[in-house]
Amino acid sequence: MSAPVPITSRPRGAQRARRLVLPVIVFAAGLIAWEGVVRLKDIPPYVLPAPSVIILTLIKDWAVLSQSLATTLLTTLEGFVAASIGGIALALLFNQSKWVEYSLFPYAIVLQVTPVIAIAPLLLIYLEQQTAVVVCASIVAFFPVLSNTTLGLNSVDRNLAGLFQLYGASPQQALRFLKLPAALPYILAGLRIAGGLSLIGAVVAEIAAGTAGAGSGLAYRIAESGYRLNIPRMFASLLLLSLAGIVIYGVLAVVSHLVLRRWHESALGKEN
Amino acid sequence: MVERSTPSAVEASLTALAVSLRGVTKTYDSGVMALGPFDLAVRKGEFVSLLGPSGCGKSTALRIIAGLSAPSSGTVRVARHEGEVQPGHGIGFVFQEPTLMPWTSARENVRLPLKLGGVPKAEGRARADAALASVGLADFADSFPRELSGGMKMRVSLARALVTDPDILLMDEPFAALDEITRFRLNNDLLALWRSLGKTVIFVTHSVFESVYLSQRVVVMTARPGRVQADIRIETVEPRGEAFRTSTAYGDYCRKVSGALAPSYSGQSLL
Repeated sequence: MSAPVPITSRPRGAQRARRLVLPVIVFAAGLIAWEGVVRLKDIPPYVLPAPSVIILTLIKDWAVLSQSLATTLLTTLEGFVAASIGGIALALLFNQSKWVEYSLFPYAIVLQVTPVIAIAPLLLIYLEQQTAVVVCASIVAFFPVLSNTTLGLNSVDRNLAGLFQLYGASPQQALRFLKLPAALPYILAGLRIAGGLSLIGAVVAEIAAGTAGAGSGLAYRIAESGYRLNIPRMFASLLLLSLAGIVIYGVLAVVSHLVLRRWHESALGKEN
Repeated sequence: MVERSTPSAVEASLTALAVSLRGVTKTYDSGVMALGPFDLAVRKGEFVSLLGPSGCGKSTALRIIAGLSAPSSGTVRVARHEGEVQPGHGIGFVFQEPTLMPWTSARENVRLPLKLGGVPKAEGRARADAALASVGLADFADSFPRELSGGMKMRVSLARALVTDPDILLMDEPFAALDEITRFRLNNDLLALWRSLGKTVIFVTHSVFESVYLSQRVVVMTARPGRVQADIRIETVEPRGEAFRTSTAYGDYCRKVSGALAPSYSGQSLL
């Protein structure tokens, strides 16, 4: 007779493979069904293009689309950087002075709860188009960075803070060696949200600006292709946007993991 | 008859004191009176335990001595290093939790007080390593707190308190969260360190057995607001060891200290 095998502890490799393979199978099945339905029912591409057509369009229009992708990514990056620097800086300012926090925090909330799609047209009136788009992206991404950093700076261990006080730490030392490291997991979580949001902000602003003219971002391509009934290109642009979002999230998640892997619970494996 | 001393005698007795509290009270903003009036005099090199029920203000007293909290009234005197530049360096503080920075290594945690005091990095690292070695963690300098056991984390915390070579070591229920085996071992290590380094130790605990085992004097506190209920001297053959823990004298002292502690609970629900 063979030795009893514990059924609860599957090898971790198999578990991981399953988590990767299953979504891929679902994805492939979906694509095959989509392709099949379009071919069997003979649906015209301006109603619903088949996946193969979308891929072909992506290759054929790559010159135009890659340029739009670069534009959108640049806008997203600029918005993200502006939101990160602004959010962290304002949170630090709030942390230094309750007066500033009480005076400004309500306005940060107002900015957050007002839908950006409604602000975008106004920004386009007052700012140059490229600036307006970046400002839009950063407005959307700004709040999670601000609120997470504020939360992080306020969750410093009370006894550790006492220890710094006991050893006569200056405010700069306390900030550098205690508050910022303690807030780091929160800041990184905020940045992870902000990455996706700045892409959303960029797209929203491009769509709002799109009809106004010279924009060439992916969202503008989608709007433009819609007017021209170039549905395959719409789908191809959407695919690129979606991929961009996944890559942005992935990059930020990896950065966060690398920074926190040695000490923070969130980055450690469940087993020890 | 009131006892009087000449000014020079008062001065002499004061310089022999490491810590003296007179009529110290602490009332929180909420109006809760946590402490006092509380008097305490600890001689240099003495090992004193503050023992009392939870919430009696013993931790508050310790924080006041450390300067982490200001007394509402009364006077606090803490002897300082000769020519001490920065306040606080004459005091090492060990919290109930290890209170380590999780984002950095044991060595960097121990080096923190030196770093804040402007000690050059190389010297700081050497002193941190020496302090870690003194608590038996020489091999774990590069480990992160997360990778250490509860007892080891507490040792790192102790090493950090010792790294500035303070005259006074304040310990706030440092071993309360540890299992008994680890706690006994750390008790012995702490006694050995105290004997070799000659520091003044004020040790807050709610364990009768721990206080009797460790200290030369047990100060029993009343329930809130904390005052001195009894001041019991533990006299035994030094150095203490496991033999003392099982001796009848130890049992007698524990009974005596428990007896002094009992009135604190009268009229109070134990829940």
